[in-house]
Formats: sequence, C-alpha cells, structure tokens
Amino acid sequence: MSPFSRTPRDGSRRDPLLGEALALAAAVSAYGLSYGVLATAAGLSPLVATGSSVVVFAGSAQFAFVGVLAAGGNPLTGALSGVLLNLRYLAFGFAMAPHLPRGSLPRRMLDGHLMIDESVALALAGPRHDLVRRFRLAGLAVGVGWVAATALGAYGGQLLGDPRALGLDAAFPAGFLALLAPWLRSRQGRVAALLGVAIALALTPVAPPGIPVVAAALGAVIALRVPAANRPTDDPTEERP
Amino acid sequence: MTLTLVALGLLAVGSFVLKAAGPVAAAGRELPPRVRAVAELLPAAMLAALVVTQTLGEAGRLVLDARVIGLGAAAVAVALRAPFPVVVLVGAGVTALVRLGGWG
Repeated sequence: MSPFSRTPRDGSRRDPLLGEALALAAAVSAYGLSYGVLATAAGLSPLVATGSSVVVFAGSAQFAFVGVLAAGGNPLTGALSGVLLNLRYLAFGFAMAPHLPRGSLPRRMLDGHLMIDESVALALAGPRHDLVRRFRLAGLAVGVGWVAATALGAYGGQLLGDPRALGLDAAFPAGFLALLAPWLRSRQGRVAALLGVAIALALTPVAPPGIPVVAAALGAVIALRVPAANRPTDDPTEERP
Repeated sequence: MTLTLVALGLLAVGSFVLKAAGPVAAAGRELPPRVRAVAELLPAAMLAALVVTQTLGEAGRLVLDARVIGLGAAAVAVALRAPFPVVVLVGAGVTALVRLGGWG
C-alpha cells in the first residue's frame, strides 16, 4: 500500500492506482495539447505531430525538438538535445529491469516504450508485488492521454490556453515529490535525495538540459557509502508497524 | 521537411534505444548485488533531481517563481499523507492562484 493513499477505515479497499494514473494522465494531456499546437506551429503536419507522440513518447524531448525547429535551428540539433534529455531513461530502465518479467522480445520492447518518468515513479512507489501492473497501467494511461491530446492540439488548435496559467507546470514536480516520499523514510534514501538535489542544482546553470538529472544518479552511488541506520527494506513502501 | 522527418526518426530511435535498453537486456535478471543496491536508490536521487529542476529550472537557469509556493503547498499535502491526486491538484492549484495574484 502506498503511503499517500488510504484504505478506508471500514476496510473496503478501493484501488488508488487508477486515481493516481488518471491524475498524471490529466496533467500530461494538458501538455499534450500545447505540444500539438507548438509542433504544428513549428512546421510539422498534424499527422506527423501526432505520430511523433506515438513513436517518441517522451514529452520533454519532444518539446525540446520542436523548440529548436520553431527557433529555426537545425532539426538534427533538435534531435540531439531530445536524446540528451532522454539519457535518464537508460538509468531508469536498468533500475526497473529486475522487477519486469522477462517476456518475449516484443513484450520487453513494449515495456521499454512505456518507460517514462510517470510510469517509473508510480511503479517504484508502490508495493513490489504490484509493480508491473502499476508500471504498465500508468504508462498506458499517460500514453493514451498524451497522444490523444497531441492530436487535439494539432488538429484543433489551442483549447485550453496556457497550461502555466493553470499551474500545470507545477503538477509534475508535485507528483514526483509525492512519489519520492517513500524513499525519504530511510536514511540512505534521504541522503541520495539530498545529493540528487545538490547535484542537479549545481549543474542546471552550466550543463545542457537533461544532464543535471542524469548526473544526479551519482547521488545514489555516494549514498550507498552511508551506513543504513534503519535498514531499508526490500520494499521502500512497506508500512512500518 | 525531409531533414525534419529524418531528425524526428533519429529522435524516435534514440529515445527508444535509451528507454528499452534496460528491459530488453536485463528484464527478469538478477543484477549483481552492488548494482542492485544502486538501482534501489537511483529513483530517490533522480526523482529528487526532477523535482528541483522542474520547480526551479527554466531554460537552463534557476529561477524563483510561483512554482516554489505550489511545491511548498504540495509538500505539506505529502506530509499530511494526502492522496496522490490531491497532492498534484494542490501543487497546480496553489501555483495557479499565486500567478493569478500576479507573481511568477
């Protein structure tokens, strides 16, 4: 049971996963709308814009790509900055891999395609026995919302106005903060998080976008040297008695 | 347009290789204990980095704007063990209110 969801006192257990996935999908969809608008404004046809959300399926990289296009830059530079932003998924992928089933190659590739911040965070913040279901459901919910919203924005124009006016740019860090919470209960988790914050803040003004979050992974390596005072259990979300 | 489509194709392939490398190579495999220990802590470091870069970062700079207040409110919601959708709504809603008030 994740720490930020509650089981009603009467004992009826409502699965909170759907609400969690839908909340993220809603925030992502709002950004999908603006991505569709921006991508067509940058010169992609509505069909290509929508297709890009299917085949790339990595929001920040897609925004970086059309941002370069819109500024009149070389599309290959745009692709490179997008790939740099996605470097973190290499680390996320190997962190997730031991928990994912070793199905057929196409199944493993599909799991790889669903590897986004939201699916990884939701999966790892829940109980381990439920990880695969959490990962896939979050990935699919966010994916459907992202692609449908891109199409709406690309074919229909701006329906929502500026997502920033609705505070939606803060929805993602707020969600990630909630998903980070279980790690903050162990000493090593707190040290890793603090080091991650310090590394990311130090590098943001000097490194290309995407690199600060990748470099923050070093925080996990260093945190391992900290003696685990309260030994982290195999499941970071396990409720303590 | 052709170059744009080629670049988009490269972005799609590059993203997929990065995202799928872990599951394709190592799904269901036991990692060496030391790698596994790092992998267990990795989300803590990287999620924390995502939180601060998305709260304070803007086009490669650090800025203080309405998002900070929204995140503060979301942190209170997390501390009170609010359900996940509530945390997200509090973060977005408070940020929107602060902007409506004319800051950030």
